[in-house]
Amino acid sequence: METFIPSPQGIPWLSIVCVIAPLVSAIVTLFIPSGNDNAVKMWANVASFAIFLGTIFIWLFAGYDPNNPAYQLGEVAEWIPVLNVDYRVAIDGLSLPLVVLTGFLTWISIFYSTRVINYRVKEYFFLFLLLAVGMFGVFIALDYFLFYIFWEIGLVPMYFLIGIWGGARREYAAIKFFLYTLTGSVLMLLAILGIYWGTGSFNLVTLPGLMQNSEVFGANGNFLVKSLAFWAIFIAFAIKVPLFPFHTWLPDAHVEAPTAGSVILAGILLKLGGYGMIRILMPLFPDTFNAYWIPIAVLAVISIVYGALVAMAQWDLKKLIAYTSVNHMGYCMLGIAAAASTLDRGPELMESRAIALNGAVFQFIAHGLITGALFLLVGVIYERAHTRDIKQFGGLGAVLPIFYGFMAITTFASLGLPGLAGFVSEFMVFRGAFGVGLQAQPILAILTGIALLGIVFTAALFLWKVIQGLFLGTLNEKWANLPDMHAWEMISVVPLVVLFIFFGLYPAPILNLINQGVVKILGMMS
Amino acid sequence: MQYAQLAWLIPLFPLLAFATIILTPIKHNKMLSSGLAILMMVFSWGLSWAIFFVDQKFLLHEMEARHPYSPAIDWLPTGTTVFQMSLLIDGLALAMLFMVPFVVTMIFIYSTGYHNLGTPNVEPRYSRFFAYVSLFAAGMLTLAISGNMLLFFIAWEIMGLCSYLLIGFWFEKGDEFGRLSPRLSALKAFLTTRVGDVLFFAGLMLLYAQVGTLNIHEALTHENIEAMKEASFGIAGLFAVPVLPMIALLIFGGAVGKSAQFPLHVWLPDAMAGPTPVSAMIHAATMVAAGVFLVARMLPLFEPLHGGSDHLMVVALIGAFTAFYASTIAVAQNDVKGVLAYSTISQLGYMIAALGLGGLVAGVFHMLTHAFFKALLFMASGSVIHGMEHGVHHLHGHGEHDEHKVHAEHGVAAEPKQHAHADDHHGHIDPQNMWNMGGLQKHMPITFWTFMIGGAALAGFPFITAGFWSKDEILGEAFHLWQKGEMMGGLVPLIVFVLLTLTAFLTAFYTGRQLGLTFFGAERTEEAKHAHESPPAMTIPLIVLSIFAILAGFANIPEGITIPGIPGHYLGHMLENVHLAANEEAYHGLPFDWRLALISVAGVGFMALGIFAYRGRASEPLKALGPLWTAMERKWYMDEIYQFLVIRPAVAFSQFLYKVDGSWLIDPMVNNVGKLGRNWGQASAWVDRNLVDGTVNLVGIIANESSEGLKRLQTGRIQNYLVILLGGLLFLAGLFFR
Repeated sequence: METFIPSPQGIPWLSIVCVIAPLVSAIVTLFIPSGNDNAVKMWANVASFAIFLGTIFIWLFAGYDPNNPAYQLGEVAEWIPVLNVDYRVAIDGLSLPLVVLTGFLTWISIFYSTRVINYRVKEYFFLFLLLAVGMFGVFIALDYFLFYIFWEIGLVPMYFLIGIWGGARREYAAIKFFLYTLTGSVLMLLAILGIYWGTGSFNLVTLPGLMQNSEVFGANGNFLVKSLAFWAIFIAFAIKVPLFPFHTWLPDAHVEAPTAGSVILAGILLKLGGYGMIRILMPLFPDTFNAYWIPIAVLAVISIVYGALVAMAQWDLKKLIAYTSVNHMGYCMLGIAAAASTLDRGPELMESRAIALNGAVFQFIAHGLITGALFLLVGVIYERAHTRDIKQFGGLGAVLPIFYGFMAITTFASLGLPGLAGFVSEFMVFRGAFGVGLQAQPILAILTGIALLGIVFTAALFLWKVIQGLFLGTLNEKWANLPDMHAWEMISVVPLVVLFIFFGLYPAPILNLINQGVVKILGMMS
Repeated sequence: MQYAQLAWLIPLFPLLAFATIILTPIKHNKMLSSGLAILMMVFSWGLSWAIFFVDQKFLLHEMEARHPYSPAIDWLPTGTTVFQMSLLIDGLALAMLFMVPFVVTMIFIYSTGYHNLGTPNVEPRYSRFFAYVSLFAAGMLTLAISGNMLLFFIAWEIMGLCSYLLIGFWFEKGDEFGRLSPRLSALKAFLTTRVGDVLFFAGLMLLYAQVGTLNIHEALTHENIEAMKEASFGIAGLFAVPVLPMIALLIFGGAVGKSAQFPLHVWLPDAMAGPTPVSAMIHAATMVAAGVFLVARMLPLFEPLHGGSDHLMVVALIGAFTAFYASTIAVAQNDVKGVLAYSTISQLGYMIAALGLGGLVAGVFHMLTHAFFKALLFMASGSVIHGMEHGVHHLHGHGEHDEHKVHAEHGVAAEPKQHAHADDHHGHIDPQNMWNMGGLQKHMPITFWTFMIGGAALAGFPFITAGFWSKDEILGEAFHLWQKGEMMGGLVPLIVFVLLTLTAFLTAFYTGRQLGLTFFGAERTEEAKHAHESPPAMTIPLIVLSIFAILAGFANIPEGITIPGIPGHYLGHMLENVHLAANEEAYHGLPFDWRLALISVAGVGFMALGIFAYRGRASEPLKALGPLWTAMERKWYMDEIYQFLVIRPAVAFSQFLYKVDGSWLIDPMVNNVGKLGRNWGQASAWVDRNLVDGTVNLVGIIANESSEGLKRLQTGRIQNYLVILLGGLLFLAGLFFR
C-alpha cells in the first residue's frame, strides 16, 4: 500500500494554504502604508479567515481520503541535495485536525486582537501571520530538517508578541520562553545530526525503517547512543508540552502574553511538543521509548496532580489557567506513555494503546478549544477590570450574566464534565491506560489511579477559585457597572464553545481521522 | 412496540426546553418559560407512560430475557473497534419511566407557585430556574434509559452539574441561621460527589478494559462475570487484587457519593440551601436515588447468588449503618428541611442495604415509594416555609414586596440586591426552624393533611401507606437471609435487620416529632399565627402525590395478602428478567410475615409518642441527653473531621507545592541556570574585553609603534625610493632565477 500519496493533479495545496498564504499575507501587511491601522487589521482578518477556509478546503475538498492512513496531499522538492534535505510536506489523520485547529485559532486570535491591539499594529499582525507559518509548517513537514526550520520559525514571532505586547514583566517572560525553548531546540538539533549520520536521511516517511536497519539506532544498536538521542529530542518536546519539571516558563509566558498570544500558546504551541513525540519519537525510537516509559509516565502523573494542586494555590486568574494547562497536557503525556509502555501487538493491547493515544491526540484538540476559550474569557474580564486578581472579584454572576454563562460552561468543559470535549479525551486516556495496565503493565494502572486525583483537584480549583471567586457571593461595588460581553467578544468565543460542545457529544468526526493516524503510528512501533 | 422506538425522545423534550429558554428571548417571559418547560415535561411523561403501559408486555415478554430492547449507535472509533452508545429499556428502566417524569412534572407545576409566578414576589431568575431543572430532567431521563454505562455516566454528571447550579441558585446569599451559604453548599456537594464519581469512573474504565464494552447487557453477561472472577490484578510477588470486587466496589463508590451514603453523605443536608422544589426533586426523589439505580443496574457485578460475595456485604453494611446513623441525626435537627434531609440519607441507606442483601426488587420498590412520599414531604415542607415566610412578610412590613417589584421590572441588572432580605434577617425569625412553628394545621389544612400522609408513609404506617410495604419487604429480606443463615452464617443480615429495625423506630419518632412541632399545639410565634395556605399550584401537586404515597405500595403486594383488582408482586414480575440476570434465579417474592408487620405497628406508637411529646412544647426535652444530644445535633462532627483531615491539608499542600514550584526549587533552578549563563556571559565579556580585545589592541599598538619606526623610511626623496625599489627587484630576481 502506498504510504505517501502525492497531491492530486499535482496542485500543492498544502504549500499554498499553509506556507505561501500566511507568508505572503504577512509580507503584504508590511507594505500597507503606515498609519492605516484599520487597513492592516482588515487585511489580517480577511487573510486569516481565508487561510482558515483553506484548511477546511484541505480537509474536505482537496482530495484527502479520511479512510486512508497514508500521508496524503504530498509534495516533494529537492532542496539541499548535498545533505539529502528535501522540501517534503504531507498530512495524515494525525496532523490534519491540528492543521485545521491552527487555521481556526489563528483566525479567532486575529479577530479578537483587532479590537484590543492598538500599539504597533502592523508589526503585531505581521508577526501573528508569520507565527502561523511556523505552526502549520511543523504539522505538515515530513522532513526532519524542514520540521526543525519550521519549529524555529514559530519561536521568534512569539518571542516578540510576548516581549512587545505583553504585561509588566514581558521582557523577562519573553526571554525565558525563548531561551528555554531554544535550549531544547539545540539538543534536538544535535540529535537530528546524529540521526543523519546514522542513517543519511532526514526523510520522516522512510526514517522509521532506516532507523531500524541502521547499525547504531537499530534494535541491536548502541543503547547509550539511542538513549542520548532519544532524551535530547524528548527534552526539546517536553519543554514545549510542558512536562514537569520543564514547565515553569509557561505560567510566566501566559501571564505576560497578550490574550491572543495566550490563546495560540495554549491552543497550538504546546501541542507541537506532543505532536513531535507522536510523529517523531514513537516511530523513530520505539524500543527506546518503551524502555523509558516508566519515568515518562511518572512525570506525566506528576504533571497531572502537581499541575492541578499548584493551580489551586493561584489567585492570578491567568496563572491559574496556565497551571491547569500543565495538568491537562499531563493527560496527553499519560496517553502517550501508555501507548509506548508495551510493544506487544495482541488485539486487546493494541486496542487499549490505540484508545490511549487517540485520547492524547483528541486532548490536543479539546484543550486547544477549551483553554483557548478560557484565555479569551480572561481577556474579556481583564479588559474591563484591569486586574486578574481573583480576590478582587465576587458576585459578578449577577452583573455579567452572559459572561458568567460562557465562563461557567468553559470551566466545566475544562474540568472534564461529561458531554463536553475535555471528558472524551480523559475518558479515552484513562480507559487506554487502565487497559494497558490491567493487561500488561500493573505499574501503569497504579499510576493512572493516582492521576485520577487530578480530576478531583481540577474540579475543586475551577469551582472554588474561578466560579465562586469571580461570580458568586456578594458583589464588589467597584464592578457594579461593568458592561457585559460585547457582540464581537461573543463572536470570538461562541465558535469555540459550539465546537467543544459538539465534539463532546459526538467526537467521531475528528476521532475517525485521528484514529487512522494513530493506528498507523502504532503499526510503526514494532 | 410503537412507543419504545421513540424512547430517545423522552430526554430530548426537556433538553429542548433547556436550550430554548437559555438561548432565545423566551427567557424574558417568565410565564412562557415555565409553560414551555412544563409542556415539554408533560410530553416526556406521556411518552414514558405510553411505553410503560402499552409496550410493557411486549418489551418484557416477547423479547428474550437476555436480549432486552437495546438500540445502539456507533459513537467513536477505538483502534480497530468501535465504541457504541445504546439505550436499554428493560423492567428496571420501565420502573424509572413510571416514576421519574411523573414526579418531575408535579414538581415543575409546584415550582410555579413556589416561585410566586404572577405575584410581585416572583423570583427574578425564574426562567433560569426552569432552564436548569429542565436540563436536570433531561439528565435523569437519559440515565433511566441509558443502555451504555458511559452514557449513564454522562447523564449522571450532568445531573451533578444541575445539582451544583441549583443548590447555588441564590448565589448572593450568605450564611443565615447557622446554615451554610448556598454557594459553599453547592461547592461542597459537587466536590464530595466528585470523589465518588472519580471512583465510579475508574471502575467503569476498568470494567471497559476488562470486558471490552460498556453496553450493559453485553458487559454483564454470565461469561464476563465468570472471567472477571478468575482475573486478578497486581505485581507478582508484591500484591494481587481480585478484579471483580475491585471494579464492583469502585462503581459502588459512585453510588456512595451520589446517594449520600456514609462517609460521603455530608453534602446532602447542606444541599437544602437550594430552592425547595430542587430539594424535593433532585435531592430526594430522583438524583440521589440514581445511586441506588446504579447499584441495581450493576448488581450482577456483586454476585448476589450463593450467599453473597464479600463485596456485596460491604454494600449491605454501609447501607444499614448509614440508615441508622442518619436517623440518629434526624432526631436532633430543628430545621424542617434538615430533618427531611437526614431522613433521605437514612432511607437511601435502606435501599442500599436491600440491594446489598441481593434484594433487587425490595430496593427498587423502596426507591419508587420513597420518591413519591419524600417528594411530597419536601414540597409540603416548602409549603410550610412559604406559609411561614408569608407570616414574616406580614409582620415586617411590605417594603420588601415593593423592592421585589422594582427589581422585577429592572430585570437582570437589579438582581444583586434581590435577596438582601435573606442576609438582613435581624429581627426576623428563621422560617425554617420548627421551634418557630406550631399549630399550623389550623392555618394550612391541605399542607397539614398531605404532610401527615407523607409522614405516615415515611414512618411506615401499616397497611395503608406505600412506605410500609416497601420497608416491610426490605426487613423481610434481611430477616429471611438471617433465618437461612446466609452471608457469614446469617451474621450480616442479622446486623442489617437490627440496625434497620432501630432505624424504623427512630424514623417514626422523628417524623412524629416533626409533625408535633410543626402542626400541633399552639403557635409559638406571631409569624406562625399569620401563616396561611399556599396557592393551588402548590397544593394540587401535593394532593396528587399524596395519593401516590398511598397507592404506590400496592405495586408489590406480597403473597398472603389479597386485595381485589391488584395483582401481587406486580413490580417483582416487571423486574423478573433483571432479577434473573443478576441472581441467576427467578424472583420469588417473600410471603407476608405478621412478625415483621409488628415492627411497623410499634412504629405507630413511636410516631404518636413523637407527636405528643413535642406538641405545644417550648424547648427540647431530649437535651437531657447531654453530650450525646450535642453530638447528634452537630452531626457527629463529620464536617469538622473533614475540614481537619481533608480540606485544610489539601489546601496547605497546594500552597506548599506552589512555593516549591515558584519560590523554592523548580523555577529558581531555571532562573539559576539562566543566571549562570548570564554570569558566564559576563565573565566571557570580561575575558573578551581584557584578553581577546586586549590582544587585538596589543597588535594595534605594536603596529602603531612599529609604524613610528617605519615611517622614517618615508623620506619623500625619489632617490631613496629608487634604491629600495632596486633592492627589491634584486631580491625578487634572486628568488626566481636561482
